[in-house]
Amino acid sequence: MEIIEHYLYTKEHEWINIEDNIGTIGITDYAQSALGDITFVELPSQDSEVEQFEEFVSVESVKAASDIFAPMSGRVIEVNSKLEENPGLINRYCYTKGWLVKIEITSMEETSNLMTAEEYESYLESIEQ
Amino acid sequence: MNPYIANTPLEVQEMLKVIGVKSIDDLFVDIKHSLRPKSFDLPEGLSELEVVRRVVSMGLKNNIHLVPFVGGGFYDHFIPSAVDALISRGEFYTAYTPYQPECAQGTLQSLFEFQSSICTLTEMDVANASLYDGGTALYEAMMMAIRLTDRTKIIMDGGVSPIYRKILKTYTSHLHFEFIETPVIHGQASREDILKHLDDKTAAVIVQNPNFFGVIDDHSDIFDQVHKVGAMALSSVYPVALGLLKTPGAMGADIVTGEGQSMGLPLNFGGPYLGFMAARKKFIRKMPGRIVGETLDGQGRRAFVNTLQAREQHIRREKATSNICTNVSLCAVQSAIYMSMLGKEGLKELAQLNLQKAEFMRQELGKIPGVIVKRSSPTFNEFAVVLPKDASVVVGGMIKKGFAAGFPLGRYYPGMEKYLLVAVTEKRTKQEILDYIKALKDVL
Amino acid sequence: MKLIFEKSVQGRRGFRLPASDVNVKAEIPAKYLRVNDAQLPEVSELDAVRHYTHLSQKNFSIDTHFYPLGSCTMKYNPKFTEGLARVSSFMNLHPLLPQLEGGETLTQGALEVLYDLEQLMCAMTGFDAFTLQPLAGAHGELTGIMLMAAYHQSKGNKKKYIIIPDSAHGTNPASAAIAGYETISIPSDKNGNMDLAKLKEAITPEVAGLMMTVPSTLGLFENNIDEIAKLIHGVDGIMYYDGANLNAVLGRCRPGDIGFDVMHINTHKTFTTPHGGGGPGAGPVGVNKKLEKFLPISRVIRRSNGQFALSYDFPDSIGYIAPFYGNFGLLIRAYGYILMLGKQGLIDTTNHAVLNANYMKERLKPYYKLAYERICMHESVFSATLQADRGVHAIDLAKYLIDQGVHPPTVYFPLIVPEAIMIEPTESESKPVMDEFIDFMIQADQLSKDNPAVFKDFPKTMPISRPDEVKAARDIKTSFFHHS
Repeated sequence: MEIIEHYLYTKEHEWINIEDNIGTIGITDYAQSALGDITFVELPSQDSEVEQFEEFVSVESVKAASDIFAPMSGRVIEVNSKLEENPGLINRYCYTKGWLVKIEITSMEETSNLMTAEEYESYLESIEQ
Repeated sequence: MNPYIANTPLEVQEMLKVIGVKSIDDLFVDIKHSLRPKSFDLPEGLSELEVVRRVVSMGLKNNIHLVPFVGGGFYDHFIPSAVDALISRGEFYTAYTPYQPECAQGTLQSLFEFQSSICTLTEMDVANASLYDGGTALYEAMMMAIRLTDRTKIIMDGGVSPIYRKILKTYTSHLHFEFIETPVIHGQASREDILKHLDDKTAAVIVQNPNFFGVIDDHSDIFDQVHKVGAMALSSVYPVALGLLKTPGAMGADIVTGEGQSMGLPLNFGGPYLGFMAARKKFIRKMPGRIVGETLDGQGRRAFVNTLQAREQHIRREKATSNICTNVSLCAVQSAIYMSMLGKEGLKELAQLNLQKAEFMRQELGKIPGVIVKRSSPTFNEFAVVLPKDASVVVGGMIKKGFAAGFPLGRYYPGMEKYLLVAVTEKRTKQEILDYIKALKDVL
Repeated sequence: MKLIFEKSVQGRRGFRLPASDVNVKAEIPAKYLRVNDAQLPEVSELDAVRHYTHLSQKNFSIDTHFYPLGSCTMKYNPKFTEGLARVSSFMNLHPLLPQLEGGETLTQGALEVLYDLEQLMCAMTGFDAFTLQPLAGAHGELTGIMLMAAYHQSKGNKKKYIIIPDSAHGTNPASAAIAGYETISIPSDKNGNMDLAKLKEAITPEVAGLMMTVPSTLGLFENNIDEIAKLIHGVDGIMYYDGANLNAVLGRCRPGDIGFDVMHINTHKTFTTPHGGGGPGAGPVGVNKKLEKFLPISRVIRRSNGQFALSYDFPDSIGYIAPFYGNFGLLIRAYGYILMLGKQGLIDTTNHAVLNANYMKERLKPYYKLAYERICMHESVFSATLQADRGVHAIDLAKYLIDQGVHPPTVYFPLIVPEAIMIEPTESESKPVMDEFIDFMIQADQLSKDNPAVFKDFPKTMPISRPDEVKAARDIKTSFFHHS
């Protein structure tokens, strides 16, 4: 499983990449592999407010529908509209072109509720057992 | 032993031995004594001959000799014999939901053809593989509009079937929706009243064409306004009429539903019927019910599958678009076969024939002194007339003369006690119509 | 195979309508007319007959193949009930006739069938009243929950939650949600019973009721039913019996006797109305005295003079849930089946359904991991984890079986069993048929050891191989036509 060094992670297998006060959010390699071929993504609307650990995106594969939870609170400033035409980007490039949403982060303090790459790696090991 | 159990006493003994119990009773040990039936008071079994005799003799207590002029959304149309012959094939009717597409292409392709026929009939982009009936389909469409708009105000034209309106109310009585029913003016939807209530809190405006009074309308102007406030335009339609009438797709409807009974299904004392639903493509992921999609198999051959199943209850459980599981697959196949046999020209002819017979009936009724035939709005194969006395009394009198003369509107519309709703399909002959007129003169 | 639309030839006709015998001009103003014709196919009757006959032959069905689809009860559908449903005096009866003045007298036979069937259902289930209106099992569930809601409303109870075991069909939580309730899921314990400790934690005064499938979707009879009922009734909750598996206990216990207040019956399961490739169904709902006054209208009553009638005079009723009186065409089939089997026939049917299921379970146990090691009811659930470790999943085994000419059992349900394979032979199947199936399953297990890679190519003998479901969901095509 691929993990990106400087991203932060949730127990529900979302990642967030923070640059200044903007967070780019996606799902991890583990999550995309567990879901299988993704066929549809329902993204939040521009400017909507999201709360940390609240459902804000829904992802569908042929046999499953999964809710994706926001790693941090904030206002949605951009959604990845390429996913409408090509949801498979999440499977192929989950950490890059397959990002879901960009938010303007409300409170940096919430990062204390997230895992570092190293912590996420050992978390994955623990749930594998 | 009844003929539907194969096991012989010898086989039963062999099987019990494999299981390692002495008797069948031992297999029910989990049902404690205190949970055993207090009674199981049923008659002893009968032979096939006896059951058939009994049911047929019960059927004789129904009067099917009345010449029917009752519609109300459910019509006596002709069905060619081939339709029943085909759906009587065990391969169709004793199969189940196509969970394994490789051994269910028959059902899947037939349903895809059904969806296609509904699309061309309504001029909508997508259709599902059926819902229970026209009423519950309309309820599902309303819920779909509520999900899509995230609003809860519904405006419903009074011309929508009162039976359907009652169903919608039952299902939403415990939910906090705002329901507004607008009046019918000169037989058609009141633009003024709909627009008065239409605002950015409105989820949907619901109309029916032809409406319950049989009146035809073009709802394009209403739908334009509906879209301006971001609401959804819902239309319930009568498929036979679509052989002639402007389609809901052309009017700009977002979700279309209807009762498909008139397309190849017998009246069956109320069911099974055939709810259908069509919509604009962009709404397909919020659509309830099963949807058959086209794809390719491993060798690149065309194949059909149940698709977008992530919407459905068996995956999404409490977050599903609907609780519906079973639809009415066989009725949809039945209707697909009927529509295929009817064909492009046959559909137009059928609609024209219905229109013409109804017009003849209307003209003849208009000749009876005291009977008022309104002409303000066009109708298809059903229309209301005003009688000089209470319509339900007249209908009672007509039954004695051998006619189911129509449906008295007073039953659902207080104040319209003298109105009679009369339906005339292609099955009614000129002679039957003339005999009806003669009988009605006597009764009045 | 071509679509019927691709066989269309301009000018061909499937049937002829009578020529018009009325000489009047009938015109609708142009603004109300459609501009483009509906492009229905133009084929001859023989074209249509061949097309749909060929299509039917691409299906597996009970009439042609063993169909041990767990949880679906694919028992034989007796042919005589098809005849009953086509008796003209029922089939051509207009549903509005009894609503006309004096119209009840026109439909006495049909009303009697409904009345009789309700009485039979009460006797079989121990309930006080039935409505036959719900148009399918899930529709019955929704109706039942609305009755529950009406009960709580009438008592001024503030209720919010419905408790559902995690083994339940997806329709249970979906129906509860649509009726406005939130659901609480209770896990199953190691014996497949509801985890009683977790249930006790979940019970609060805000619990509206509990929905339970008995026997459960694991094919097991819940050991603690009486205690569960006591707990739920303790907070004035309603016990809902999901009758999906009633065929396992009919004649052996009655929901109304064991603490349930309301139930639905899937007529296509217990009373063998045909599944129709996915409906139509019928989902009658039974209730005890507590809920009776809330039943939907109309209701069929018997007057003191012996006449049957429709009554709408139930002021506490939840109202209309369907246009008429239920799916009559299905109900009359169920009625005929019950009359023919009678008391002993129904009990025998239950007995042999359970016998067959246990026989198959015992025979397959050495080869497939049994999810719960105990006596099962009408079906048993295996977990194909041994085979999955070899790279052969439940779905691969299913595809192997298709090539052997049997319809696969249910796979991947219940969701709580990994690699679930759920087998329900039903009472109609004979031992040789089951033995043959068991042999196929044993061979599949052996093949999963010898050559697991070959499974990916199954099925090979069908009109199509495995379809690309991802493509179907991404490049959505649901109609031959394109309008936008």
